Amino acid sequence: MELIIQISYLLAAVLFILGLKQMSSPVTARRGIHWAGAGMVVATLVTFAAEEITGNEQAATNVMLIIIAIALGGGYAWYTGKRVAMTDMPQMIAMYNGMGGGAAAAIAAVELLKAQAAVQSGYASSVHDYLGADVAVLAILGAIIGTIAFSGSIIAWAKLDGRLNSSKLLPQQQLINLVLAVVLVILAINVYLSGSLNLIIAFFVLALVLGVFITVPVGGADMPVIISLFNALTGLAVGFEGYVLGNAAMIIAGTVVGSAGTLLTHLMAKAMNRSVSNVFFSGFGTGPAAAAAADVDGTQKEVQPQDAGIMMAYASQVIIIPGYGMAVAQAQHKIWELTQLLTEKGVKVKFAIHPVAGRMPGHMNVLLAEAGVPYDMIYDMEDINADFPNTTVTLVIGANDVVNPAAKKDPASPLYGMPTLNAEASQNVIVIKRGRGTGFSGVENSLFVADNTRMLFGDGQKVANELIQAVKEL
Amino acid sequence: MIEGLAALYIFLLAGFTGFEIISRVPVILHTPLMSGSNFVHGIVLVGAMIALGIAETTSQQVIGFIAVLLAAGNAVGGYVVTERMLEMFKTTGKQDKKGAHK
Repeated sequence: MELIIQISYLLAAVLFILGLKQMSSPVTARRGIHWAGAGMVVATLVTFAAEEITGNEQAATNVMLIIIAIALGGGYAWYTGKRVAMTDMPQMIAMYNGMGGGAAAAIAAVELLKAQAAVQSGYASSVHDYLGADVAVLAILGAIIGTIAFSGSIIAWAKLDGRLNSSKLLPQQQLINLVLAVVLVILAINVYLSGSLNLIIAFFVLALVLGVFITVPVGGADMPVIISLFNALTGLAVGFEGYVLGNAAMIIAGTVVGSAGTLLTHLMAKAMNRSVSNVFFSGFGTGPAAAAAADVDGTQKEVQPQDAGIMMAYASQVIIIPGYGMAVAQAQHKIWELTQLLTEKGVKVKFAIHPVAGRMPGHMNVLLAEAGVPYDMIYDMEDINADFPNTTVTLVIGANDVVNPAAKKDPASPLYGMPTLNAEASQNVIVIKRGRGTGFSGVENSLFVADNTRMLFGDGQKVANELIQAVKEL
Repeated sequence: MIEGLAALYIFLLAGFTGFEIISRVPVILHTPLMSGSNFVHGIVLVGAMIALGIAETTSQQVIGFIAVLLAAGNAVGGYVVTERMLEMFKTTGKQDKKGAHK
């Protein structure tokens, strides 16, 4: 039986890797998740037959508890996952990721409690004596990483879900975090050397607090990077706990996610011209530069939807730049309808997606795909930036920082150095925006007051509808 | 049981595999892929089941129960969300050509 279980785990690991590989191409992506899903089912089912579960006195109770827990946890996730709107996807990923991190930490907690029980009964002298040095070290490391990913992901979820807006917690937050991290390491070493229950509890509580403290000051625009990082961390924690339990499937899957997630995090941070340490250790735009660059001269000029519709209907090429505002307004279906109308009139329409538009890389692609936009109309930043001068009208809907020319021109701007879409280079720019406020970074946008820019104020979906009417009436 | 050097080999090879998978991915798939890898570390469910299986005292059972609960949430939620996202990437005839993106 043991052999069958091990071979099944190996099969699951292979299915995960092949599944992820297929997910990296749009054509095979769906098959990829199905393969990975099959791997998960196989691994879960054979585990019920594992010696660790069937081979002890309380097997009946524990198997019952396992089934109940899977039904409850899985049922909750199934329900929320099916119901959540596409726009709220990022925070749900954060939530499910946090659950995984918490599970890895809880596995470590069970191991540590077993060691503590052994120490208390005099069977072993310390945690590392009971578990062995290598297992003890990885169990504790996995516990730290998993716990931080757990509480951090919950905070990320709360921030993205609009339940927590504050970015300020305590004065000297960085210093406090540093002190807490040092104390946590000291606690971890003492847990390793002893087997005290109080130490173990203090260790977990402190790791929870640290996860919260690290995440709260992170600005909303940096959230995708943080979620991706926590995703990688959870993978790592799972890999470590896999070693603790001697489980090859967990080691392989966890480590693959750990390294893939690290690379993905790096790619995202690079796309925003931020380093990962920068994201963590400096609040965005809190330096003196933010104030200096905030002045933008000029006025925003409004345009009526009818006029904007005419401009687009007689254009030779229109580029649409969607941002998080489109997601909030759920305007992607209307935008696609507008696109189809324009295409019928012989206008060439393209979508330009900034790598970090929305709250996650690819967030806009997912929304446009949901609306039915074929993905060969959608262009990445580097593919389309040279095309803006040949464009009659660029329609910006709910995007702000990713089209801010200050990122290229103004060294004093907090956005300086971030690659942006060259919307300002096109002949006309129409900006659909809810109000006159600044973008997520809080930086003023000189594009909005440029001579060739016209503003369309209002809810994205409503304005898109008005544009559709305007084009239809022609 | 996998120990010492053998485990190190697995860690290293799996690490390289992860890098290799991500290195040539179009931006369009970054979010689904993050979600997909989020699902894959739902394999922690297997470990959580074992942790609850070996639990002896009530406090160990409670924590083991929480582990399975959270892990099942990770696995099922990760799958449902990823599947929903990728469902939208249906190909329709001419979209099969991949040349539009690099």
